Amino acid sequence: MNFEFTEEQGMLRDSVARFVQDSYDFDTRCKIAASDEGMSRENWQTFAELGWLSVPFAESHGGFGGGPVDTMVMMEEFGKGIVLEPYLATVLLFGGLLQRGGSVEQQAELIPRIIEGSCLGAFAYLERQSRHAITDIKTTAAVEGDQLVLNGEKVVVFNGASADQLIVAARSSGEQSDEDGITLVLVPADAAGVERTAYRMMDGQVVANITFTDVRVPVADIVGEAGEGYAVMSPVITRANVALAAEALGIMGQLNAKTLEYTKTRKQFDVPIGSFQALQHRMVDTFMAYEQVKSLLYRAVCELDGEGDDTAACVHALKVLVDRNGKKIFGEAIQLHGGMGITDELDIGHYAKRLMMINTTFGNGDYHQAKFNELRYSA
Amino acid sequence: MDTSFAPEDLAFRDEVRAFFAEAYDSELQARLNNLETFKEAVIDWQKRLYKKGWIAPGWPKEYGGTGWNATQKFIYETERSAAGIRDVIPFGLNMVGPVIYAFGNEEQKARFLPGILQSDDWWCQGYSEPGAGSDLASLKTRAVREGDEYVVTGAKIWTSYAQYADWIFCLVRTSNEGKKQNGISFLLIDMKSPGIKVNPIVSIDNHHSLNEVEFNEVRVPVANLIGEQDKGWTYAKALLAHERTAIAGVADSKRSLAETRAFAEREVNGGKSLLSDPLFQKRLSDIEIELMALEFTELRVLATVAAGGAPGAESSMLKIKGTEMQQAVQELRMEVAAYYQGVLPNDLTPEQLGHDFGSQARQTYMYGRASTIYGGSNEVQKNIIAKAVLGL
Ligand SMILES: Cc1cc2nc3c(=O)[nH]c(=O)nc-3n(C[C@H](O)[C@H](O)[C@H](O)COP(=O)(O)OP(=O)(O)OC[C@H]3O[C@@H](n4cnc5c(N)ncnc54)[C@H](O)[C@@H]3O)c2cc1C
Ligand SMILES: Cc1cc2nc3c(=O)[nH]c(=O)nc-3n(C[C@H](O)[C@H](O)[C@H](O)COP(=O)(O)OP(=O)(O)OC[C@H]3O[C@@H](n4cnc5c(N)ncnc54)[C@H](O)[C@@H]3O)c2cc1C
Repeated sequence: MNFEFTEEQGMLRDSVARFVQDSYDFDTRCKIAASDEGMSRENWQTFAELGWLSVPFAESHGGFGGGPVDTMVMMEEFGKGIVLEPYLATVLLFGGLLQRGGSVEQQAELIPRIIEGSCLGAFAYLERQSRHAITDIKTTAAVEGDQLVLNGEKVVVFNGASADQLIVAARSSGEQSDEDGITLVLVPADAAGVERTAYRMMDGQVVANITFTDVRVPVADIVGEAGEGYAVMSPVITRANVALAAEALGIMGQLNAKTLEYTKTRKQFDVPIGSFQALQHRMVDTFMAYEQVKSLLYRAVCELDGEGDDTAACVHALKVLVDRNGKKIFGEAIQLHGGMGITDELDIGHYAKRLMMINTTFGNGDYHQAKFNELRYSA
Repeated sequence: MDTSFAPEDLAFRDEVRAFFAEAYDSELQARLNNLETFKEAVIDWQKRLYKKGWIAPGWPKEYGGTGWNATQKFIYETERSAAGIRDVIPFGLNMVGPVIYAFGNEEQKARFLPGILQSDDWWCQGYSEPGAGSDLASLKTRAVREGDEYVVTGAKIWTSYAQYADWIFCLVRTSNEGKKQNGISFLLIDMKSPGIKVNPIVSIDNHHSLNEVEFNEVRVPVANLIGEQDKGWTYAKALLAHERTAIAGVADSKRSLAETRAFAEREVNGGKSLLSDPLFQKRLSDIEIELMALEFTELRVLATVAAGGAPGAESSMLKIKGTEMQQAVQELRMEVAAYYQGVLPNDLTPEQLGHDFGSQARQTYMYGRASTIYGGSNEVQKNIIAKAVLGL
């Protein structure tokens, strides 16, 4: 039994923590959020130089060969700074799909570019009707000779406005919500027939709705096998969910620490408000809520790392607890800050909004609880 | 025990319905929903209510109230919510107005009540200070008497709509002797007075309704003092009970829940309506059951008041449960909106965006976090119940 990080993992964590500490204070973060792209390309280059963009990729492509623990320690630190740069979209999703399902040629061409910071990517999977069901896909991919023709629309594509390359989940056969018949396709963002409409979300990120009108790409740009995209995207999304939980943990830790600090300094009735037992018990509850998320996160990461057979249930459970405990933690953080907690000027609300967005990404708590129930209790 | 409506109540309900259907027209609604025209649209709407004689159901008839009984007030509130009409801006009509008619002199009543009833004066509430929130009595903004004037210096914070206000009613410190509650006075201050500065505060919903109001040697005529000097706390406390009853908002929560249910019904979740999802149904019914109870709790309090009783600690309960339910409904609507809850206002049409209520749900939810903080936080209300009801 050992919950210690290796020396390498510790160094990776410290390197991200130092960056957040030195270069990502709240004011800087607000400026980046307000910029056109909602992220900083300069920071992205720094990430490349520090080697962070290489972490999950195989050594054969110039990667660091890292596993879920490495991703976890980085994401937790990103969470502490509510970092806006598209690590999830480019490295974990776009890169993760290539790593898992890409052809030798696709990997050789694109992974080194991701690592050096010259290719931003996005995974276009959601549609306006799909809600949390990632297999609910109407966008079509039809084969015409040696070409694939795409038609349809994807919505709320993370990093969709800035990405150079997209991987699009399209339907090549089957019914609207089937797992079979999903084809993943590489599409350059500037291909003819691709149109992007950018807008902003409450956590500062810029997303896009993307329409595809007779977009033609070579059949060779399919990622994985035609019609078998689900087998590629499912494990990538599972890992992304664990990474998001790690980011959420970083946020929850910050919310608790900042709230605790505030209740020690804010005085009413001539005493620090932290001296009121009514508030102390609630802070004990949020402290325990944080520890429980951490434990379930470690459990899920151990499962992923060891390719355990309970991975799916663990990750569903994790997303349920992140949703529930996250709401509790940010709710108490705002409440205990009183009027201050309601201001845009304070960082508390910004941490809360990122947590809320994490909860809606790849399934909310109820979605994962239903999946968990299905796995555990269906007759 | 009887809560059914008499024929004359039903007739009254029809009259209210008919008036709202006609007076609250779509052109007005559009102006209310636009930040640029919000202020004048509110005034316009409140003037329509004034003309109808319905602007101040809570006031005694002699001062311009409606003379309705508890049932009629309940019907009016229910119909207002059902029609999707927001309550009047409370600062003049529900807050300072009652203080003036209860504790002001004849001259003050004649001078201020018409402007409040006709919405010609926009009022704001200057209670809270940076150092005095829950512990309101520790407020420090001081008023020093010089001849026929008070000279006021200090700062108020979280002052809602101060940027629109013509007048502010303030609690100020006129004495440091004895208990801190004792040296407080209730002062009406013209917002155009030299020495007042209003600084905006943007809130978590990305809007500007909150402000900091600075007072730098602002001169206020002694004629603007309500009641006696140093006795303002008594008047303010009477007002707070009024304010709390108003915040329960059961009728609004019911309407909002019904709307949320309708949104859920058309949302598709794994091939079926979200409304048929058992987990969602549990969330919905958890709220509906509490609201069914709260509706009767509210009626019980109203009946007590109608029978001549004072809304004491019960108003604290209405405030706590009412705001908890408001937040629960707001949160549920966010769940229905899924990832679209994150959308900030933009120029896209719902058709381009693919969604039509996410941004509004977010704004209401985020601002709604404040309802458990303002009007005396829910923690403070619980302290009141523990002491006043449970005798702890
Ligand atoms: C099944 C059982 C087995 C037990 N076995 C043993 C045993 O083997 N040996 C032994 O020595 N004792 C034993 N106990 C006794 C047990 O340790 C005491 O019951 C316990 O310490 C609580 O004390 P009390 O019952 O006097 O309750 P009290 O201390 O009077 O507490 C009453 C309530 O007030 C709350 N409370 C008290 N102080 C505070 C505070 N400061 N802040 C907030 N809330 C507070 C408590 O949490 C509790 O809810 C046993 C008790 C039970 C029920
Ligand atoms: C949106 C909004 C609009 C407002 N509008 C107005 C307005 O128009 N005019 C005006 O005067 N004020 C207004 N307020 C101010 C509001 O009344 C105060 O925010 C409120 O009284 C709380 O004070 P505070 O913000 O200083 O929090 P604090 O008093 O510092 O409280 C911080 C936390 O400590 C808790 N706490 C404090 N004391 C105790 C205790 N004894 N026991 C347990 N817990 C405790 C509180 O519940 C809260 O959770 C508004 C506030 C908001 C958020």
